[in-house]
Amino acid sequence: MPEQNNEIANRAFWSGTITFGLVSIPVGLFPANRGHRVSLRMVDDTGTPLSRLYFCPKDEQPIPRDEIVRGYPIEKDKFVVVDDEELEALEPRKTRDIDLRRFVPQEQVDPIYFERSYFLMPATESTKAYKLLAATMQDLKRAGIATFVMRGKEYLVAIFAENGVLRAETLRFHDEIRAPSDIGLPEPGEVDEKAAKRIAAEIRKLNESRLSTAELKDRSAERILSLVKKKEKKGEDVYEAPAEAEEEEEETSVIDLMEVLRRSLEQKKPKRTAAKRSATKRSVRKTAGKTSARKKTTRRKSARKSA
Amino acid sequence: MAARAIWKGTIRIGSVKVPVKLYSAVEDRGIHFRLLHAPDKQPVVQRMVNPESGTVVESKEVRKAYRDEDVLVMLEPEELESLEPEPSRDIEITRFVPSDAVGPQWYERPYYLGPDDSTSQYFALAEALKSEERHGIARWVMRKKEYVGALVPAGDYLMLMTLRHAEEVVPASALPEIPGREPDAKERKLAEQLIAALEDEFDPAAYQDEYRERVMEYIEARAKGKVVKLKKPRAKRTKEPESLAGVLEASLKQRAKEQKSA
Repeated sequence: MPEQNNEIANRAFWSGTITFGLVSIPVGLFPANRGHRVSLRMVDDTGTPLSRLYFCPKDEQPIPRDEIVRGYPIEKDKFVVVDDEELEALEPRKTRDIDLRRFVPQEQVDPIYFERSYFLMPATESTKAYKLLAATMQDLKRAGIATFVMRGKEYLVAIFAENGVLRAETLRFHDEIRAPSDIGLPEPGEVDEKAAKRIAAEIRKLNESRLSTAELKDRSAERILSLVKKKEKKGEDVYEAPAEAEEEEEETSVIDLMEVLRRSLEQKKPKRTAAKRSATKRSVRKTAGKTSARKKTTRRKSARKSA
Repeated sequence: MAARAIWKGTIRIGSVKVPVKLYSAVEDRGIHFRLLHAPDKQPVVQRMVNPESGTVVESKEVRKAYRDEDVLVMLEPEELESLEPEPSRDIEITRFVPSDAVGPQWYERPYYLGPDDSTSQYFALAEALKSEERHGIARWVMRKKEYVGALVPAGDYLMLMTLRHAEEVVPASALPEIPGREPDAKERKLAEQLIAALEDEFDPAAYQDEYRERVMEYIEARAKGKVVKLKKPRAKRTKEPESLAGVLEASLKQRAKEQKSA
């Protein structure tokens, strides 16, 4: 049994094993997408963060968590109550495997199916099988197709290799996607070739060879952040925030991923001088901060740094 | 049954204008439970409450705040309103990039575009996009929200995919390099052979969300008053490999056997 890379296995959102033929590659899963850059909290007019509570409409009393059940509506005011144990028993066989039995050309996976993105990181001391699979898939431009079970739900994934890293894209199931005929789009008639040529000429004027992330900036978030900074400077509507622990709702943040990876992957490298190591640490932090959005404290630090 | 358009706008590419209607390409098939109060099976209602005093705060009294480390900065409704983007019906295409330039992790939600009024401009644009093998990068404001997206051909039609904003995607290049030795030539060759042996076409229709189907069947049976017996799912175990090249060779042999017997 290869020694587990505990840092990856423990901190991962999910951990399991990629099987490729008879090769098993233990991996930990980390989200590669983050929520919106600016998420606002609900507060009252004195700046106190509010909690969302459930109330019974009959007596207008708050309901404790253990008095809440899940019901599926079958007719007006009638529900089938389904509890956690029942759902668990209906779950697919609890396999921790992502069984790669199909490799398809990358471009065959239509973007219409892409839902969310997760990094799969090697969770053992030995990384050679992982590196071999990633390098080979990348060279051959193949995506691996598999299903796996995470947190009681079945996912269909396409696994891509990029920069030596495996990434799982969860895919929408086929029956969740509409066809143009479902929408009722009109049948295409004869194409006006002259108009098409004219449009093609306009397209060529705007051609770029690659996509710059500057094109994808969140301008609304930037406007909100700049107003926040302005108000903070003036000391307008600024309230003391409660301790982070009471509020923290996010489970896995990106900064964790960066830190976890840095710590666990650097263990394997030959020892460096102390100065060099701290330089690496700083640069990793910086990258993480720049790209971080989920953990508010981190974003703030980076915002301040660049200000 | 024809779907209803959720929005109308005009694609602008330089001087070209193409009026379009937007339709969701995704159909929600999720199973939506209601939360109920156990003793009386009444659907619960959500309220915002001040956790210190227990006072319920009416939704029109709720304010929004941004948490900046140890402070909260409150933003008045009028301030937030003044930051809203200008309403517009334009879907402005700012760039065209090769169709593989936008990686999977950027895609968020797909929409079909249908022609609004003139069909000829619409199908001419779909044709031009297809023959140029390009995707357009779009910006638009829909229901007070700013979107970035990709304009892509879909058969003879057009789709608009919303994309994630720059800060919402962690690039693989930001991750530290994975240590360890690089695979040798023999291992590479075997892995290539194994992938080639498992080569297939992507067939999305071959997969169903079986869990969703099972839960729905269970609910329907219970709705009819049936008693359904459930068994606990069992865990499965996997083996660990020894020599990487040896295991790859064994995998290839196994695959060849499977194909022969198929």
